[in-house]
Amino acid sequence: MSDINLTIDGQAVKAAPGTLVINAAKQVGIEIPSFCYYDGLQSVAACRMCLVEIEKTPKLQVACTTPVAEGMVVRTESPTVREARKGTIEFLLTNHPLDCPVCDKGGECELQDMTFRYGAGESRFVEQKLHVDEQQWSPVVFFDAPRCILCYRCVRVCDEGMGVNALGVINRGAHAEIAPNHFDHLECDECGMCIDICPVGALTSGMYRYKTRPWEMHHVGTICTHCSNGCKTTLGVRNNQIIRGNNRDQSGINGEFLCIKGRYAFDFVHSPERLQSPMLRKNGALEPVSWAEALSAVAQKLKEVKARGGKFAVIGSNHTTNEENYYLQKFAREALGTASIDHHRTGDVPTLLDALSGKTGALATTDDLYNRKAILVIGSDLSQQHPFLAFQIRANYRHHNAHIYTVTAGPVREQKQAVRSIMTIPGQELEDVESLRDQLKAEPELVIVFGDAIKGDGVHKLVAFGDSLGIPVKYVCLVDYSNSRGASDMGLSPRLGPGYRPVSEPGLAYDEILAAADLDVFWVVGANPLKQNALASEKAFVVVNEMFLTETALRADVVFPAASAYEKNGTVTNVCGEVQRLKAGLQVMGTKPDLEIIGLVSKEMGINIGIWTHDKVFDEIRTSVHGYNIPLPIVASGGAAQTTPVNGHVPASSRPDLIQSSRDTLFTSGSLGRYSKTLSSVLEAPGGLYSGERP
Amino acid sequence: MLYNDPHPLEVKIVTKRFGLPNSASLDTYLATDGFKAFFKAMEMTPEQIIEEVKLSALRGRGGAGFPAGLKWSFVPRNSPLPKYVIINADESEPGTCKDRLLMENDPHQLLEGILIAGRAIGAHKGYIYIRGEYRYLIEAMDRAISEAYARGYLGKNIQDTGFDFDIYTHSGAGAYECGEETALLDSIEGKRGIPRMKPPFPAVVGAWQAPTLINNVETLSAVPAIIRDGAAAFAALGPPKNGGTRMICLSGHINKPGVYELPVGFNLLRMIYEVGGGMRNGKKLKAVVPGGSSCPLLKAEECDIPMDFDTLAKVKSMLGSGGTVVLDEDTCMVRFALRIMKFYAHESCGWCIPCREGTTWLKKMLQRFHDGGGQKSDIPLIGELSKNMLGRTFCALGDAAAMPTISIVEKFPEDFEAHLNGRPCPYAHAAEPVFA
Amino acid sequence: MTFSPELEARFAKMLESYPPGRTRSAVVPMLLYAQDEVGHISHELIEEVARRCKVTPLQVDEVVGYYSMLHKKPQGKVHVQVCTNISCLIDGGEELFQHASKTLGIGNKETTPDGQFSLEEVECIGACSWAPAIQMNYDFHHHVTPEKLDKLIDELRRKQ
Repeated sequence: MSDINLTIDGQAVKAAPGTLVINAAKQVGIEIPSFCYYDGLQSVAACRMCLVEIEKTPKLQVACTTPVAEGMVVRTESPTVREARKGTIEFLLTNHPLDCPVCDKGGECELQDMTFRYGAGESRFVEQKLHVDEQQWSPVVFFDAPRCILCYRCVRVCDEGMGVNALGVINRGAHAEIAPNHFDHLECDECGMCIDICPVGALTSGMYRYKTRPWEMHHVGTICTHCSNGCKTTLGVRNNQIIRGNNRDQSGINGEFLCIKGRYAFDFVHSPERLQSPMLRKNGALEPVSWAEALSAVAQKLKEVKARGGKFAVIGSNHTTNEENYYLQKFAREALGTASIDHHRTGDVPTLLDALSGKTGALATTDDLYNRKAILVIGSDLSQQHPFLAFQIRANYRHHNAHIYTVTAGPVREQKQAVRSIMTIPGQELEDVESLRDQLKAEPELVIVFGDAIKGDGVHKLVAFGDSLGIPVKYVCLVDYSNSRGASDMGLSPRLGPGYRPVSEPGLAYDEILAAADLDVFWVVGANPLKQNALASEKAFVVVNEMFLTETALRADVVFPAASAYEKNGTVTNVCGEVQRLKAGLQVMGTKPDLEIIGLVSKEMGINIGIWTHDKVFDEIRTSVHGYNIPLPIVASGGAAQTTPVNGHVPASSRPDLIQSSRDTLFTSGSLGRYSKTLSSVLEAPGGLYSGERP
Repeated sequence: MLYNDPHPLEVKIVTKRFGLPNSASLDTYLATDGFKAFFKAMEMTPEQIIEEVKLSALRGRGGAGFPAGLKWSFVPRNSPLPKYVIINADESEPGTCKDRLLMENDPHQLLEGILIAGRAIGAHKGYIYIRGEYRYLIEAMDRAISEAYARGYLGKNIQDTGFDFDIYTHSGAGAYECGEETALLDSIEGKRGIPRMKPPFPAVVGAWQAPTLINNVETLSAVPAIIRDGAAAFAALGPPKNGGTRMICLSGHINKPGVYELPVGFNLLRMIYEVGGGMRNGKKLKAVVPGGSSCPLLKAEECDIPMDFDTLAKVKSMLGSGGTVVLDEDTCMVRFALRIMKFYAHESCGWCIPCREGTTWLKKMLQRFHDGGGQKSDIPLIGELSKNMLGRTFCALGDAAAMPTISIVEKFPEDFEAHLNGRPCPYAHAAEPVFA
Repeated sequence: MTFSPELEARFAKMLESYPPGRTRSAVVPMLLYAQDEVGHISHELIEEVARRCKVTPLQVDEVVGYYSMLHKKPQGKVHVQVCTNISCLIDGGEELFQHASKTLGIGNKETTPDGQFSLEEVECIGACSWAPAIQMNYDFHHHVTPEKLDKLIDELRRKQ
């Protein structure tokens, strides 16, 4: 259909049929004010702020529900319109407490802004205001009803955006208020989307309320360090303290989406259990020592073991940056001369790449999950394990009517939108997927998202199945953590180097390292392998880079206090292979980023494996790791660039037996989660997978 | 049976069985032309029925006065979805008490009207949404429905015509807003009665997402007579485009309050002084609410007019739902405006800002004003705030609150002036406010 | 929760009266009829109605506060509802309400200590031509004078 021509404030505007007047105006830079209209959510036409004059229509019309029409003449700033807005603001403020001086939202409040722009200078309201006491609905959600303007954004984002439906409206008229799903408290995802979307200070967060004025913080856009979805989170930092996490500027792949982890679980950073000094085992006990002493102890030991041809092994992290992972494997391979390097593998990325050998464009981006016409989810409780991917799929269903299929071992939230759902028995996933063949064949295109149930040969079979459908198919191999994918891409693997280059002499794999009784030095960076396994080698000198005294750190001879992802720069690669930039928001005294720690140890050992600044290492990655030659401006400006990894055979066996997701829920996050007070304080924690709909 | 003495000036079409022995029984109904229209309609095509209703100039009796035949014609005949007839028996407009009588005195007339409407739009199910307070009428309708089922006037293959139709009653639970047809739809779906966005109109997407015809009790009760006796006869009763009769609910300071069926276009003063028996105690007429509390009031000197939709629109009021409230010279108009605003503030669903906040503010202000705490600047403010609601709210409730208020403050400024200077209400019958 | 056999039968019929899969439609009438039997709307009742109508308790709770006939607080055995809307107002409805308040010794939306009576000022109940009017539970009383009201209350008191 051809564009529709209309005039808004004298400007000629062309808009697609069905475009709402409010959006058509936006196209030409005219902002029509509104509280309740929210892009992507259903229009409710409740706030009446967007009333505009439309020629030949006697009454003012709401721009948020009126579609453009040929020849329409719209006026958005006429005296009548301005008068109406002023009247609406005046009405709104009658029962509003006007407690801006103590309101969290002060300074970034849409009601303040609207009053500033359109409101009256003085109030004519002299009657008594309605008052309702503030309520706490959960450790993270507080509700102050008098501030609420009833725009229903929170209700809609919880229902439409999250699929949780935990908020509703009770009472009537001026007494109407937002209410939680369990009379006086919430049981939900605790994602805080309702708080973030609230245009006023009605919904506030337990973490942030009454802590600061927004202009006293500086805002640092970085990537959440928990799951693998790679959501941008904007940290509000004041005096080296993170006070808030949100993504109100809607930048990054996730727009405004954040789950409880991205929004609130930054608090591990300030945990009292955080290590802030290196520790050295003296007389059997770990004691705080200076950095110089710890570095020297490690370097000497490493040099000595290397000199006598001793046995090294390294386990890297799913949370550290690409630069750190790259540098770590380089250190292991070049400085220590060992190929015994691995990480906790949570998804079979190498086999997927191998199976897709020769194909281009077969790896889905997070955007594909929102835009592709059909999605098949295999073996994952996506809303629990990959909340942003689930959010994308839900939005795809709402906005594009995408066809969703699920094959899972239990009930999942996606079933509500699914055209077909199969409850499978673990191990039978592929057989059940087969039964969807005819339906999937009829789809124009498909994205297959699969968890650790499909690995090794299963991945080849799945790709063969995809090939046989005769439609374009893209894949997402689910992995657990913020840089699980990067760890794999950077070669934290005994058989594959950076960019999945085969190594000539493979080293020990994860299980073999732990089982090797003759290990001399064992260096663990940002991982906790000894939580579930014992280290066979009793003589091994153990070095651990950690934020906390984990089970692994307790076994260490030297513990280096590591900086968290929120305290360093670098890049991480999310589950869809999208590379994004970490930006340091603060420094925690006594800690150092892992990159610097490795660099300092190699310097102390007298070995030069290159400069250890993150940008220099990233340069090296871009030139030497296949697929990482991504456009620098995109990453530098806070965007996401998908890697185009190896397109060819990936030779080494992926050891499917080592691939195992941690099965974190929305309220757990591996070892890190244990140190987040927020995650452990919510009623729903730790939750379980496949528990289906919340009551 | 609740019914007042009839008046000779009445033209009894929908109330013709009122006062008959056992008027609510099917036997009485059948003995007095009952279901003749139904059988006639079964011989007609749906298009013919709709055409006949259009020709009758029947306009909606719920308040808005929309031409009924036109509304029927909006229901898409080719929709694959089931279609529904919903009867709006949520009679809640202050001043209105007519649907109550129709359901109590002649329930089968309503059932027959529903069947004809169902036949015309291709529906096979009807729901009578009755306000919760009218429990005895839910029971009365249920009895009539059972009787009709038992005698084959409802259910499968009604009277061997091959036409199937089921009718159910549905109870509301106290919400004026549910009289708004789209709010009623949300209510019958088990939700808060919040009005829906239009378009789509209920005729296309109504109850349970299906095409739905919603008509008032009195509207559908008039249908059997139209089909039975012909559209022309019905239309001829009133002025052009205003067919038939209206049940006028006369209340207030008159000698013979009651519900009277009068031709559309009947003179208002004659209603008061002839049908209603004149002003009580010989008092002077001060004002009239022509058709329910939503309508702008008429001053005594504006009342010599025919009561039809178009004339009332010309004098900037509305015919509304037939609730004609007559006020004498001793009526405090501030108190009257306050009570109206209290009602709308109580009944505002709260969905949109201007209605929710506007009605509450005005209620508080009028209360203060009536209690003696008014200021001169409040008088223009009352009108101004009302105008800030007018035409800007989600549904018509905001307008319904604004219109009478604007009319009162503009037409009776002297009553407001008299309350000033800290004096409480100058009218003798002013009650102490004891409730919030 | 279980209700009387009559009410259970009513609910069964009610749930069948709506189109297939539309059991939510029964929420409002089910709440009202259940309230008539059990006295008020408790959390337990909300959860019960939610279960029967296959919706969430929140979806029922949203409805409860919306409809003015649904009460979360226990009402008196006889709920006296005095209309003070326009037609009743100008025929003494407000004075009648004040009189009722005095006679019963309770204010608006209050219940007598013995739980026998509760009082509410209500909006138009559709008895305008027979004003002033009241409802005692579901029974209408028209042209009510203070004296007539006292008599009605007395009779009910004696019955109890």
